[in-house]
Amino acid sequence: MRYLPHTAEDRRAMMTDIGIGSIEELFKDVPNEARLDRPLELPNHADELSVERHITGLAAQNVTAGAVPCFIGGGAYRHHVPAAVDALIQRGEFLTSYTPYQPEISQGTLQALFEFQTQVSLITGMEVANGSMYDGSTACAEAVLMAGRVTKRQRAVLSGGLNPLYCDVVETLAQFTGLEIEKSRPNAPTRGHHDTLALEARVNNDTACVVVQFPDFFGVIRDFTALSARCHEQGTLLIVVVTEPVALGALKAPGDMGADIVVGEGQSLGVGLNFGGPYVGLFATKEKYLRQMPGRVAGETLDSDGKRGWVLTLNAREQHIRREKATSNICTNSGLCALAFSIHLSLLGETGFARLAALNHSTARSLAEKLAGLQGIEVLNGAYFNEFTVRLSRESAPVIEELAQKKILAGVPLSRLYPDRKDFKDLALMTATETTTDSDIQALLQALSESVL
Amino acid sequence: MTNDRSQGRHRRAKKDSVANNSSTITGNRALQIEEPLIFEQGAKGRTGVDLPAPTDESTAALGGLERDKPIGLPGLSEPEVVRHYTRLSRNNYAIDIGFYPLGSCTMKHNPRLNERLSRLPGLADIHPLQPESTVQGGLALIEQVSNWLKILTGFPAVAMSPAAGAQGELCGLMTIRTHLMARGDPRTVVLVPDSAHGTNPATAAMCGYQIESVPSNQRGRVDLNALQARLGPDIAALMLTNPNTCGLFEEEIIEIAAAVHDSGALFYCDGANFNALVGKVRPADLGIDIMHLNLHKTFSTPHGGGGPGAGPVVMTNELAPYAPLPWLLREGETLLLIEHPERQAKTSFGRMRAWHGQMGMFVRALAYMLSHGGDGLRQVAEDAVLNANYLRVGLEGKYTMPYSGLCMHEVLCDDEFIKDTDITTLDIAKTLIDEGYHPMTIYFPLIAHGAMLIEPTETESRQTLDQFIKVLRAIADQISSGDSKRFHRAPLHAPRRRLDETRAARQPNLRWKESTPTSSPRK
Ligand SMILES: Cc1ncc(COP(=O)(O)O)c(C=O)c1O
Repeated sequence: MRYLPHTAEDRRAMMTDIGIGSIEELFKDVPNEARLDRPLELPNHADELSVERHITGLAAQNVTAGAVPCFIGGGAYRHHVPAAVDALIQRGEFLTSYTPYQPEISQGTLQALFEFQTQVSLITGMEVANGSMYDGSTACAEAVLMAGRVTKRQRAVLSGGLNPLYCDVVETLAQFTGLEIEKSRPNAPTRGHHDTLALEARVNNDTACVVVQFPDFFGVIRDFTALSARCHEQGTLLIVVVTEPVALGALKAPGDMGADIVVGEGQSLGVGLNFGGPYVGLFATKEKYLRQMPGRVAGETLDSDGKRGWVLTLNAREQHIRREKATSNICTNSGLCALAFSIHLSLLGETGFARLAALNHSTARSLAEKLAGLQGIEVLNGAYFNEFTVRLSRESAPVIEELAQKKILAGVPLSRLYPDRKDFKDLALMTATETTTDSDIQALLQALSESVL
Repeated sequence: MTNDRSQGRHRRAKKDSVANNSSTITGNRALQIEEPLIFEQGAKGRTGVDLPAPTDESTAALGGLERDKPIGLPGLSEPEVVRHYTRLSRNNYAIDIGFYPLGSCTMKHNPRLNERLSRLPGLADIHPLQPESTVQGGLALIEQVSNWLKILTGFPAVAMSPAAGAQGELCGLMTIRTHLMARGDPRTVVLVPDSAHGTNPATAAMCGYQIESVPSNQRGRVDLNALQARLGPDIAALMLTNPNTCGLFEEEIIEIAAAVHDSGALFYCDGANFNALVGKVRPADLGIDIMHLNLHKTFSTPHGGGGPGAGPVVMTNELAPYAPLPWLLREGETLLLIEHPERQAKTSFGRMRAWHGQMGMFVRALAYMLSHGGDGLRQVAEDAVLNANYLRVGLEGKYTMPYSGLCMHEVLCDDEFIKDTDITTLDIAKTLIDEGYHPMTIYFPLIAHGAMLIEPTETESRQTLDQFIKVLRAIADQISSGDSKRFHRAPLHAPRRRLDETRAARQPNLRWKESTPTSSPRK
């Protein structure tokens, strides 16, 4: 077995040193009746080539998004990840280390985390950020729990524009904490109606937080300045969720609209689709809430020679110190994905990030304009970044399936995420990124015009 | 050694080895290069990515919310970025570099085949919202991983979505709580042994339970009498790690399970230490009801500087109806996902995270399991336990161990043997850094004073273990000879000397700012 160094002779000599006659003696604390005395019904070990054949075979049964026109978004986005990102995160020093518990020999991870925290703070317009959560959805739920701790209030309001899976995660993870989750009804976008009055009306002095998404699940972009003013009047925290961080290269930072906590899905930068995981949760807030923030953080300090260095800090919030009083149970986070995010953003830099965002937006505009010219399709959004909602002349799920059979991944039928909403049956979400080509759009238009007419 | 000149040179070299900043102009030490923050580098307008110009710069569709000021990101070319992260990487210890016996973390070799396969476009480049008809291979892969985990653990059901061990724990307790509610038997307390990992009580609290501690006995196992005395109608579950965090098998586990079940409670097992049992013992045969596995430990998915991981949860048929969404179902040739509490999944406790689970980790875990096979996995457990016991015997006489006798996959020492010195467990850890090792886990579990938890894993050779034993024994000898200086000053040879954690926590500085005084940009 190629990963196991011992020879039979090694094992025999080691057993002699230990003073045992058989390996079974090492397992003598295991009750007899629970010891497996027969092999399990599993295949025996296999060489690299066989394993590679098997798994390549499974991969071949999928339609690879990058190999076909793909317009699916809805919380995970297909972007081009520069080659340098993957080459760097595969360095064994990053890949095969663990949580930097010993800072003197983990400065690489720690400095990269400190840089990641800075980047996340900058793009969200917040004061501080942590070293990552599992993904955007769990970061969102943790933000709601944190708002409960900060305000000592029990009611959280979720906007109808929040990704429905995120709503489900918040409800699930909060269900035994005493927090009451109030969901407002999702509405399909309507042109020119982008205020937040309905949410503002729900905020009162027992509201712990309001959670909104920017751009929202339907692709709509709203200004949250008035909502944050209303929240702050009532002592309520405004949580802004960003599932497409590339948008922050083109849009005002949520912090500049008064957000108290900004959480997000970082997958778009550096990580890739991966069928939904692993991704990387972003978590940023104001300095005054730092001690209620979940997750690990790297902080700057000095070593005994007076040199600058980094350590994991504010551990007194965390499970290994505070146990049941910790701000969260999170331990393993999404370190390597955070590194990938950070490298991608470092490569882009200020100008590259802005240009990537502009390119996404202009491609989406081009898609929207062409779709609007088709009969049987209506683009519902007034404002959007790189995705928007369309209404088809018939149910969207079968249309999307028909196009999938033609190897076009046309978008997300909203019925998949809102099975109970009859009025959403003919809606679909469509996304364009810098990876979308003119011929992708042509193929989509052609196939759609055959399917919706 | 009789030659004066050579002695003189030797002495000078020794002095210089206490490397200090002034010894070079740059502060660099050959291959070890001081690297500024990325924010202290680059130039405005520079970029490492070429992108075509957008066809149209209009921002009219941004709803009047276009960004109106710069973000403040630095501009670097690709070679600068590559060099930056390459230099940073060289300040990290890693399994690829050397022995990493971090107890409880199972730092085994990470096969590169698994990395390659996880990057196959047909697996890495599929969207979680693609129609199911276009991802049958992806769903089949999840099904295959599930089947391996079920066979290895003996449980009939598994929830694949939890993102790491701690989320697996939460999955387990939420399943239990929902089951108890469905049974009309709400219970309020979860019992956690005093040796448990911090995530256990933190998880129980997130699930709305009160936590009570169960004491360990003289042998480092759960005190069965104390447990029995506390079990009652208010106890929802016992959370037990097995092998436990002292590296010991809970030998009375069958009795523990019976006592827990007799009282109407459920038995949760923290399966972080499954590496000791894989292929040898099926946890379902121990009376456990539900348990998480850490794919980033037992199944070798890389730890990545802190994550990501994956924490699937295996469980009994009794608990399976409450498992989290999504559910994966097979209907003949077709695999489908149930993503909402409907059909068979009506009783699910909900959704723990978006999408379907840590697919990238599943690919690696499947490659690992296929590579080892049933026979190889059994060998994994045997060698992991053999290695830990070999270390145990090798350290005996020099190091003190709170619990005598056999251990499983890791060996626990305490600081009894240095109690009359001014050396601490931390000093030993930092000294090991100078010797080229990643230290063991220290000060955990809390029940051992000055704990040192050493987990070698099965992927270490006898030579590596022999060398490590030699070094640890020599360290113990140096301590008993009264020479404490090197210990207090260690590490001397790492990229940094001991870092001031108090300062970091007192004046938290968690991000670069233009004005940060200790940040000294290149002049
Ligand atoms: C015994 C034990 N339980 C639980 C955990 C938590 O697992 P994770 O870090 O994957 O959340 C760990 C790992 O650190 C552990 O060692």
